Amino acid sequence: MAIGTGCSARPGKSRNNKTGSWRVFRPEFVHEKCTSCGMCRIICPEGCIGENEEGLPVPDYDYCKGCGLCAEECPSEAIEMKKEEK
Amino acid sequence: MLEITEGSHAVADAVGKCRPQVIAAYPITPQTHIVEALAEMVANCEIDAEYITVESEFSALSACLGASAAGSRVYSATTSQGLALMFEVCFNCAGMRLPVVMSIVNRALGAPLSIWNDQQDSISLRDSGWLQLYAEDNQEATDLHYLAYRVSEDHSILLPSFVCFDGFILSHTYEPVDTLTKEQADSYLPPFKPFQRLDAADPISFGLFAAPDYYMEFRYEIDQAAKKALSVIPKAGREFGELFGRDYSGLVEGYRMDDADCALVAMGSICGTVKDAIDEMRDAGKKVGLLKIRSFRPFPAEEVKKALSGVSRVAVLDKNISLGSKGAVALEIRDALYGSQTPVYDYIIALGGRDVRKKDIARVVSLAEEGKGDLFYGLRDEVLK
Repeated sequence: MAIGTGCSARPGKSRNNKTGSWRVFRPEFVHEKCTSCGMCRIICPEGCIGENEEGLPVPDYDYCKGCGLCAEECPSEAIEMKKEEK
Repeated sequence: MLEITEGSHAVADAVGKCRPQVIAAYPITPQTHIVEALAEMVANCEIDAEYITVESEFSALSACLGASAAGSRVYSATTSQGLALMFEVCFNCAGMRLPVVMSIVNRALGAPLSIWNDQQDSISLRDSGWLQLYAEDNQEATDLHYLAYRVSEDHSILLPSFVCFDGFILSHTYEPVDTLTKEQADSYLPPFKPFQRLDAADPISFGLFAAPDYYMEFRYEIDQAAKKALSVIPKAGREFGELFGRDYSGLVEGYRMDDADCALVAMGSICGTVKDAIDEMRDAGKKVGLLKIRSFRPFPAEEVKKALSGVSRVAVLDKNISLGSKGAVALEIRDALYGSQTPVYDYIIALGGRDVRKKDIARVVSLAEEGKGDLFYGLRDEVLK
């Protein structure tokens, strides 16, 4: 588990709390529409959008809470929020 | 050494010999004499402890929580409204797995305001994760403190403990008590070895946030630790017996149960009266026995089931009431006997300090024989109209 006996942890352990489990809607990136403007990466409050070798945005679903800000702000409407069944 | 001493002072003496490093408590009747005596011991340099004076019980237990997390053996004592004020901190101590030991000098909860004894205060913290041991007399009350530290600090347990004994009935009564010497106490209770502790050079955080995907697992681990105490308490109790001749290996203790037809079940000082009443009933040919519950949390359901297997009826004396339901002990006993045909009758008794006499115990046994139970015993007529 991310935290040990007594709900204790050493520094730097917050990465182990995979907050992606909070998500209800999952952002799906349509790379065909993406212009690589980088807005989604700047706006993401979780800082969990990286990029692939082609410079296209790739979210880290372990931490993405599904807030939807990236989809709201994307000038190319290249991010679709889809209800996630777990 | 056998001494005639007040219950509170005997407990304070034992606590001092447990070598707590930090004591934080707020005085409240009937716990006052314990913390007064400990403050005196600290002031006189008889014990090497930090005594933190605080402005409330909430602060008292919070100070203990912090000191325990920092790696100290800690002690507090409270009762009734004081314990109610500690409610939140109690759950945190258990969740952070801190082996705090606290005396609960059992007293009724208001309103109406009452300084007298029943067991509603500690029973109301039944679900907090603290172990709860109940003492019948002052000897047991003192000895259980050594036992509580041993069990709480065991690295397979790491849960805080209440040592419960009845306010005034025990705390303010002079009885002969065999007190341990410092050397004897040290031979039983080694210095505190924290499982983990706050240390600026090697930082760690306690009591962190757990998201829904992990919270349940922490609760499970606390529950597992509490259940593990069902084997650790008897082991520590047996060792105490081997060293000092008083055996506390039983999570429950039977009195004249061998051929008993009716079993009384009780916790705390009332057991003394019940034993005397049983002796009289036995002389009159009634086969009555007592099952005393020493460990209420964890609850020894298997031991209870075994002890009550041969009886034809059970009468539970509850010095508490889960309002709108039943007495907390009776609920446990019924659960332990689930599936058996043995009737369990519940008697809410002695709330707010009402005296219980031997004839009351005999009357309870008669009521159980008549099949009348699940009632408040000895109510004034005016509420029954």
